[in-house]
Amino acid sequence: MFTFISKRILEAIPTLLILITVSFFLMHSAPGSPFSSERSLPPEVLANINAKYHLDEPVINQYFYYLGGLIQGDLGPSFRYKDFTINELIAQSFPVSAEIGIWSFLVALILGVGCGIIAALRQNSWVDYSVMGFANLGIVLPNFVLAPLCILFFSIYNHWLPPGGWNGGAWPYLVMPVIAMSTSYIAQIARITRGSMIETMHSNFIRTARAKGLPKYRIIFQHALRPAMLPVISYLGPAFVGIVTGSVIVDVYFGTGGIGQHFINGALNRDYSMVMGVTILVGTLTILFNAIVDVLYAVIDPKIRY
Amino acid sequence: MTISTTQNLLEVSNLRVNFKTPDGFVTAVNDLNFTLEQGQTLGIVGESGSGKSQTAFALMGLLAGNGVIEGEARFEGKNILALNEREMNRIRSKEIAMIFQDPMTSLNPYMKVGKQLMEVLTLHKGMSKAEAFEASVKMLDAVKMPEARKRMNMYPHEFSGGMRQRVMIAMALLCQPKLLIADEPTTALDVTVQAQILTLLNELKDDFNTSIVMITHDLGVVAGLCDKVLVMYAGQTMEYGTAEDVFYRPTHPYTQGLLKAIPRLDANDEKLSTIAGNPPNLLHLPAGCPFQARCDCASDRCLESMPALQEFAPGQLRACHKSLDGSVA
Repeated sequence: MFTFISKRILEAIPTLLILITVSFFLMHSAPGSPFSSERSLPPEVLANINAKYHLDEPVINQYFYYLGGLIQGDLGPSFRYKDFTINELIAQSFPVSAEIGIWSFLVALILGVGCGIIAALRQNSWVDYSVMGFANLGIVLPNFVLAPLCILFFSIYNHWLPPGGWNGGAWPYLVMPVIAMSTSYIAQIARITRGSMIETMHSNFIRTARAKGLPKYRIIFQHALRPAMLPVISYLGPAFVGIVTGSVIVDVYFGTGGIGQHFINGALNRDYSMVMGVTILVGTLTILFNAIVDVLYAVIDPKIRY
Repeated sequence: MTISTTQNLLEVSNLRVNFKTPDGFVTAVNDLNFTLEQGQTLGIVGESGSGKSQTAFALMGLLAGNGVIEGEARFEGKNILALNEREMNRIRSKEIAMIFQDPMTSLNPYMKVGKQLMEVLTLHKGMSKAEAFEASVKMLDAVKMPEARKRMNMYPHEFSGGMRQRVMIAMALLCQPKLLIADEPTTALDVTVQAQILTLLNELKDDFNTSIVMITHDLGVVAGLCDKVLVMYAGQTMEYGTAEDVFYRPTHPYTQGLLKAIPRLDANDEKLSTIAGNPPNLLHLPAGCPFQARCDCASDRCLESMPALQEFAPGQLRACHKSLDGSVA
């Protein structure tokens, strides 16, 4: 297990390097620059700025300047938010997204798995149909529709919750972002859980467990749950990254100040270092959680040994 | 048809198993009757799809969701087909245990073998974990599992097919059940392992005084192990009697055909004798005898009516229009 984990860490380095290289050159090949806005700067000022950020040098030189900073853990200055470094901006917004994300993840996991199991055990009954009906609704309902509906219901009609803001993550500010974030994941997890639970309950070893005279709840929790969770876990790795790196929609509608807004603004403003910073963050998390999924797989399935 | 005597462990009468399918009702088991005394072994023989496995599942209450049971199965006088799930759980494994056809998939691959054994004992016997562990090791020893203690901590994928079937047998015998239902326990194993498993079952049957219902399509298995034989075809009983009678004096054309189809090393046959054709589709059973299309002796009567199962000699029953001397009645 230890060798497996260290091997995965070593593998992550070239993967990240390729990711950085490809995104760096792709981004720089796009037309425009951080300072080519509608209100054009005087040419001498622009030349000064370009020289300061090495934008007047060949892209390959810029690439190595960037890598040099990266090795020291410096993601560079923001081209957009003056006086801020990317490290500062991520340190500010990532915890917000992570908090919304972790709550959404827990809600999605518990409700999704719970609903999936109930639907599977009551297969083709009205319980199953209504759970799956809601799940399909949750998948097709985009969160840019769900978010304003939440505000309409919780804040405008009923005045139960503040319509937006963050306030250090106090719970009334958390509820709506978590609903908007988790709904589609609840639905997906419920669908996957239901399918794999039904399949597991039809397998021969469950018949053996029934022939032993085990009560149903022990068959479900001691015999069926582990194998039924395998497909869910492989879904959870990438899903977790998606959830904690935040959603643009949630940041835009609820003004929570998470990292999702930086995805869009960074790209629109040609904020080179911001786009790179966010890309590296998402890439690292993806590699990390896929490795965690692999470890969890080995924990659950005794046939897998690293 | 059942002869009611007090020492009968199991009396199955008029057992029917129907399945509701999108294409209509399928009768997998049609009016099955048999009795089993304590310590006896009954072989249920038939081709694939003849309803023998469904008979076993019906007795254990393990039928698929669309299965409907009719009839009675009295185990020690109590009709187990009428029990609810909770009452049935007190009998499963404790009084009636089952061994399945496919040892490769019948053990939980995600759970250590020891735990799968021990949970039977903690459940039915109220043993502590330590007691259950020792009792399980002892049972693995009894089924001749080498290094039993070490294997308690292993997972099923670390066992060969034969070893897994030994685990299944040990698991079934843990509570010393009065009845063991073995559903083709050797079908998935290679021939040498088959012989080992059968020898083992034969020894254990005597050691534990267990009655066995042995479901198989292998007549060799029946000959070596069974006291009584029931030959099934398309869900119906074709012939039923002592193993000796059925083997040495088969009266039903189907049984005769099956026996002829056993390859023999001592005979110098050019070609293996077979029963031509396939079993009928249970959805569209012919009007008369289900075997008529493949039967050498079929007459017009066989096309019209299903022969009744009749006792023609003490303890020997068959369902056929052909008279015993060979002429068609």
